Amino acid sequence: MADIEFLDTSSEPRGDTLYHPVTVGYETKVATQGVSVRYGEKVALKDVTMDIPSRAVTACIGPSGCGKSTFLRAINRMNDTIDNAQVSGSVLIDGEEVNDRSVDPVVLRARVGMVFQKPNPFPKTIYENVAYGPKIHGLAGDRDQLDGIVETSLKKAGLWDEVADRLTHPGTSLSGGQQQRLVIARAIAVNPEVILMDEPCSALDPIATARIEELIDELRENYTLIIVTHSMAQAARVSQMTAFFHLGALVEYGPTEEIFTNPRDQRTQDYITGRFG
Amino acid sequence: MSKATSIRDAVSARLPRRHRAERRFQAYGLAAIVMAVIFLAFLVGSIIIQSVPAFTAHRLTLPVMLTEDLVDPRGDRSEASLRRGSYNSAMQAALREQFPGIESRTELRELFGLYSAINSARLLSQVVEDPDLVGQTIEFEFPISDDADLYLKGQTVDERREAGRAPITLTVDGETVTLRGDEPVFAVFSDRLRQAMTQRAEADEAEAARLIATLDRIIDRDEREVTDAQIERAQRRAERLRLQLADASGLQLGPRDPSLLVRAGETVIAIRSISSDGQTAQGEILLPAGLGPRRVSDWVLWEIETPAATRLITDRQIVFTRTLRDRGLVRNGFNTLLFVNADSREPELAGVRGAFVGSILTMVVTMLLAVPIGVGAAIYLEEFAPKNPVTAFIEVNINNLAAVPSIVFGLLGLAVYINIFGLPRSTPLVGGMVLAIMTLPTVIISSRAALKAVPPSIREAALGVGASKTQAVFHHVLPLALPGMLTGSIIGLAQALGETAPLLMIGMVAFVADPPFFGLSGFTEPATVMPVQIFIWSTSAERAFEARTAAAILVLLTLMIVFNAVAIYLRRRYERRW
Ligand SMILES: Nc1ncnc2c1ncn2[C@@H]1O[C@H](COP(=O)(O)OP(=O)(O)OP(=O)(O)O)[C@@H](O)[C@H]1O
Ligand SMILES: [Mg+2]
Repeated sequence: MADIEFLDTSSEPRGDTLYHPVTVGYETKVATQGVSVRYGEKVALKDVTMDIPSRAVTACIGPSGCGKSTFLRAINRMNDTIDNAQVSGSVLIDGEEVNDRSVDPVVLRARVGMVFQKPNPFPKTIYENVAYGPKIHGLAGDRDQLDGIVETSLKKAGLWDEVADRLTHPGTSLSGGQQQRLVIARAIAVNPEVILMDEPCSALDPIATARIEELIDELRENYTLIIVTHSMAQAARVSQMTAFFHLGALVEYGPTEEIFTNPRDQRTQDYITGRFG
Repeated sequence: MSKATSIRDAVSARLPRRHRAERRFQAYGLAAIVMAVIFLAFLVGSIIIQSVPAFTAHRLTLPVMLTEDLVDPRGDRSEASLRRGSYNSAMQAALREQFPGIESRTELRELFGLYSAINSARLLSQVVEDPDLVGQTIEFEFPISDDADLYLKGQTVDERREAGRAPITLTVDGETVTLRGDEPVFAVFSDRLRQAMTQRAEADEAEAARLIATLDRIIDRDEREVTDAQIERAQRRAERLRLQLADASGLQLGPRDPSLLVRAGETVIAIRSISSDGQTAQGEILLPAGLGPRRVSDWVLWEIETPAATRLITDRQIVFTRTLRDRGLVRNGFNTLLFVNADSREPELAGVRGAFVGSILTMVVTMLLAVPIGVGAAIYLEEFAPKNPVTAFIEVNINNLAAVPSIVFGLLGLAVYINIFGLPRSTPLVGGMVLAIMTLPTVIISSRAALKAVPPSIREAALGVGASKTQAVFHHVLPLALPGMLTGSIIGLAQALGETAPLLMIGMVAFVADPPFFGLSGFTEPATVMPVQIFIWSTSAERAFEARTAAAILVLLTLMIVFNAVAIYLRRRYERRW
């Protein structure tokens, strides 16, 4: 049924997911195959198989508690840090198995940046917040270079103008929306290949949201972005691909216009038209 | 509309009760705080009041002649020779100089009882340091005995002095002196004493009568014997008093009665009997100053109300002490010895320095062991250890360890450190190690609590940008947990600082007269610590240790306050909010 042309043809889609055909020529960046996550007895994610295109934005939508965050965390192995979380199935980035023992999560997380659902700046200065990643990975040769990285990252995140004169203030002293942009700057400062954003605009006003969406659009040229959002409009505006999750299962996946204009599953239709959620 | 009104009514109806509950709760809280403050003020206040006498001491300054044949037996000024000199004899000679008429053995013993011979050690070291002093007379200052010191502070002896009312005539006959007043000058005293004796006799008789009345109710044989003895004692006391009162020839004064002294110039006479008319008295010369028959009009009646039998200082010593003070040789001043000396059997020479240094050395060992190990264990258990039955078991045991009575740790230290490892007993090293195990659970538990209080989002943030687990912990979690860890550690150490029982087990009760060396070798030399010192002093018989115990408690409290102040400062300094 699914003829998603950009997909790695070796990965045969399976399960109950409905896949829409894709007409644009994409390259696969991240491919998940039968990923399931259990927290103890509770199954949070069931058998998710999807190929995520490179240099594009993939939006994950679905009602609260359906496993969107869990899915993101499966990609950069953040579920490892939860004691009772058990992950099965495989996640490939550039064809390389992420869950392999030989893969160091440190390297993986440097390649796959993450912006968490709740802004969580370090209780350190704004500068240190952004500089921390580059510092531990040795990305900057000297202080000037580091200053440069901090500045460009903050500029990209649209925060520079607001904080340029108070880089030594604590990051926690910023407003909620500013903190959100600070952690985005922190994530892009390490120059990752994939950026996972868990509701990056949940705490932002329309203007800041527009700025972040602009940023996402810019980042798309060089990065692979996977974002979780509760705003249908935002998903429609920024993403090229959309995945609809429900009760831990991937229900429907395909190009964004397809999902929004022509949902095939009743649950998807109900959700995007606001009949449940 | 009607619904809204009914809600308002419902809420308003309950409002007074809610306000009352609130006010009641606040009142309870306030009362609790007031109580706590009162108790604390009472505790600290009573300790301070008790300790006051310990902070001052009376010192005697005498010109001591360092004659060559006393202090330098070989006469070559060599250290060996100087060390064999008899410095105490030099001090005794200096004291005799003050009271030329004192010759008899008992009198001299009482005189030399005014200071401790240990003081001569300081004289010796002074001379060894500067041999040129031999042959000279130096002003040597030393603390007066604790009994004399307490007497001068008015702590142990009640006395009363009044000017003689009329001239008296003294006639000397061998040892005894007869004093005859122009008027019944002793009548006031003998009347007062008679009255007191009558009261005491009546009280004793009443007591005996009461006990006799209870006798037929007592069946137990042992109890009966005890009561019989009590009755007999009361009766004997009453009998003796009645006999004394019935003596027609006058009033005889014994050691159980107040002492009455007559002082005329430098002469002091102890009255032994007073004629019934109160005009004549017979006495014994305590301090002679060329006494011959004479008539004096300027004299003092000196009543020492505390009977000789119930005090540790004799009449004669009181007279010596007063005389020396009147000559300006005894001065009261700040008791520096309390802070520069180690423990001593002589209260006037005892100080807290030894125990203080011992405490510091012990705390250094405890801190160096308990803090790194405790914090390390906490970090491992909280951040790295897998959650499995083994770690759960360890966790439960650590929590239980915190509730183990501290004396058990002392037994453990004795068995393991001393008997198995053969470490030197009574030393700060072993004491610190024992206290370290005792402190470990506190440090671990509080450090874990501090780590738990760091929000997990901080760890996720660090891991999310690619920090390793160790980096996340050391760069982000630890700095946030540090203030809490510090507070917990310092509370643990403060607890250890006040611990006595486990140290008794490993022999840190050692009597240490030299303060331990404040340095590396001090760790392996016998020492004691502040709380043990307080314990030792509090169980000492000498009255003077009472105030010194309170003073030592104050020093310990000060040390604790310093500890806690440091904890608060560090917490303020490093606390970060998020
Ligand atoms: N650490 C955890 N332990 C146990 N259960 C968890 C844990 N984290 C998430 N879950 C459960 O897994 C399910 C999926 O959670 P997840 O956070 O992925 O939802 P979500 O789709 O991100 O929801 P939201 O839109 O509200 O953020 C939920 O039912 C949640 O209760
Ligand atoms: Mg979520």
